[in-house]
Amino acid sequence: MPTFVYMTRCDGCGHCVDICPSDIMHIDKRYRRAMNIEPNMCWECYSCVKACPHQAIDVRGYADFAPLGHSVRVIRDEEKGTIAWKIKFRNGNEKNFLSPITTQPWGSKIPNFRNIAQPSEEMRNSQLLAFEPKSIRLDDGGLSTLESNGLELKEGVYY
Amino acid sequence: MGYKTIIEDNIDILVVGAGLGGSGAGYEARYWGRDKKIVIAEKANIDRSGAVAQGLYAINCYMGTRWGENNPEDHVRYARIDLMGMVREDLAFDMARHVDSAVHNFEEWGLPLMKHPEKGSYMREGRWQIMIHGESYKPIVAEAAKVNADKTFNRIMVTHLLMDDAKANRVAGAVGFNVRTGNYHVFKSKTVIVGAGGASNIFKPRSVGEGAGRVWYAPWSSGSAYALLIEAGAKMTQMENRIVLARFKDGYGPVGAYFLHLKTYTQNAYGEEYESKWFPELEKMVGKGYLDVEASHKTHRPIPTCLRNHAFISEVNAGRGPIHMVTVEAFQDPHLEEVGWENFLGMTVGQAVLWAATDIDPKYTNPELTTSEPYVMGSHATGCGAWCSGPEDISGNIPEYFWGYNRMMTVEGLFGAGDAVGGTPHAFSSGSFTEGRLSAKAACQYIDDGKAEGITVSEEQIAKRKEEIYKPLETYTVGRNEIVGGTVSPNYILPMPGLQRLQKLMDEYAGGATANYMTNDKLLNIGLKKIKILEEDLEKVAAEDIHQLLRAWELKHRHRTSECVIHHTLFREETRWPGYYYRGDVMKVDDENWHVLTTSHRDLNTGEYTMEKQPLYHLVDKDEEQKPD
Repeated sequence: MPTFVYMTRCDGCGHCVDICPSDIMHIDKRYRRAMNIEPNMCWECYSCVKACPHQAIDVRGYADFAPLGHSVRVIRDEEKGTIAWKIKFRNGNEKNFLSPITTQPWGSKIPNFRNIAQPSEEMRNSQLLAFEPKSIRLDDGGLSTLESNGLELKEGVYY
Repeated sequence: MGYKTIIEDNIDILVVGAGLGGSGAGYEARYWGRDKKIVIAEKANIDRSGAVAQGLYAINCYMGTRWGENNPEDHVRYARIDLMGMVREDLAFDMARHVDSAVHNFEEWGLPLMKHPEKGSYMREGRWQIMIHGESYKPIVAEAAKVNADKTFNRIMVTHLLMDDAKANRVAGAVGFNVRTGNYHVFKSKTVIVGAGGASNIFKPRSVGEGAGRVWYAPWSSGSAYALLIEAGAKMTQMENRIVLARFKDGYGPVGAYFLHLKTYTQNAYGEEYESKWFPELEKMVGKGYLDVEASHKTHRPIPTCLRNHAFISEVNAGRGPIHMVTVEAFQDPHLEEVGWENFLGMTVGQAVLWAATDIDPKYTNPELTTSEPYVMGSHATGCGAWCSGPEDISGNIPEYFWGYNRMMTVEGLFGAGDAVGGTPHAFSSGSFTEGRLSAKAACQYIDDGKAEGITVSEEQIAKRKEEIYKPLETYTVGRNEIVGGTVSPNYILPMPGLQRLQKLMDEYAGGATANYMTNDKLLNIGLKKIKILEEDLEKVAAEDIHQLLRAWELKHRHRTSECVIHHTLFREETRWPGYYYRGDVMKVDDENWHVLTTSHRDLNTGEYTMEKQPLYHLVDKDEEQKPD
């Protein structure tokens, strides 16, 4: 379809509508449940599948080249910080994969610049970005310049 | 019309489009502008928007100076050879000297980066790529932008930039509509950083039905990064530099990890190596400076991607396709097999779906590869985008490359990141984020220097844009009453048929996949005529509802991008990138006349394009006695 929604599992909560990057998951007016209104604008990105709290959304490969009888299911768990995949082939074979999605409690390590000291005037007038130069090499080295790296910009044909 | 006008006033920094580039801008702006009003307008939901919405399994731009791996200039030289010399090396060097700090930040925030078991450094996929578990790359990075911006507006399709009515050629904000409520949104801002996407779906895709969504680059990348800028009068560069990807057939699953980490390789349908036999002839066409197989062998200098494409395309045309990726050897190692599958699940799930559907287990079957339809973009391995100023300490002595603020375009107060910045290929996700950061700092400086004083936006400009935006709804309402039903009307064209018309003409006249990437001056001139007529018809594009209005405006953005692509392709009278496209009338690289960057400017009143050549400055070692040829 590529994504489609199972009638009996969807409760119309709209999480998929909220997240779809392509704006193609909409709530059907008659059934009050979600559906993919434009399959040929679906990237099979699985954003909606991962966001669905009821596993009501699945993917059936693009009809112009994918035969029926397969499935790729996923459970993404922000608490555990993992994503689990189950691939079922048309011939019945299965493969399972588990990967981490984060190493930190969700959103806890993102700096809010309002809470840290203002950059100095000297830093403002430099070429440095936030937390630089330390964050580039994690040592006391400075930012690379043409001068520091012994370079110049020259007109002409160079390969 | 029942839609409200919602005005967001007194913005200092407006970020239009928050993929990796825009997120970098939203984040960094707060560091330099503590009291500034920072607002993000995003077409989708920032947690899953842009090209990285689905996740990534690798960060393709990391120097690793911390580990003694590469210096910024090494990366510039790599980008230079890969793009056959056509790079803004000041901008590329600037991105490369900062990019590692972005990656170190991502790791702190929780992005799982794989580590080399002995060295402790990041696990390299290739010289520039590091491997990550990046399913949540976008939501993690988006959080940094959301926390630091004042407001994030999701689901706003930005259709136009606002221009200052007091001073010519100065930006004043942006307008668009909410794709859910339909409301008209006006953002009045001192500066605008465009982080919108490049263009998928402007050339006819190889897939015909549902599969048209499985384009290599996201279907929601509607060329807004270009159309918004062209229509604001910004000078564009390298718009002819489209990219064609050699990828797994139909699913367009990535091949980077397969080639570089799994050490898989390609062969033709008869099990033969095919690349090397095409190179002697190709060497004559492009010159030994760009293709010297022997030298590449000795020095590990990469062979430009377009030239490898050329060998692929030539072999298929010679009747020895399909080309296969030989996976059965590598996949006997269970670890490599796992990497191969997780690579897809992390960034192109559709390829895993396709292999499941077709019972392809690469442990036993060598999958088919194909070359894709062309894409227009500036963040991956090509450099389409706006002509931007470089940083003072690098570009300050080159008048063509420097006019005051890093990453500012030729329109005052207008900055860019990612796909929007031209001449900076090989930035990828981390480099786009870095460009957003650079733009944000420069935008703060621009405001602090008093450059944004006295901006005026007339009510007339706001009202005119509003009328323009909703016109497709009106066109539908009027035209629909004439017909019983269906999609066919003599007085309007719906967004999807309009898109198909654009794709067909780009494919046939501007070097698409079914034309074997071939075009010439005559074809391009016909293409220009057709695109002009399409523009007239797009005045009659009709939208049944707000969702279709979104598609109508995406189509208009794709159309404007395409027009610019044709002008640039016509201007560059050579075949600079065989394998990306061919000018049949000039089938060679011509360094004497075309070792230059191309720029275009579209006149806002007449719609006429002015084309120019811009000089190329290359980074060279100071003590090196290398002379230009």
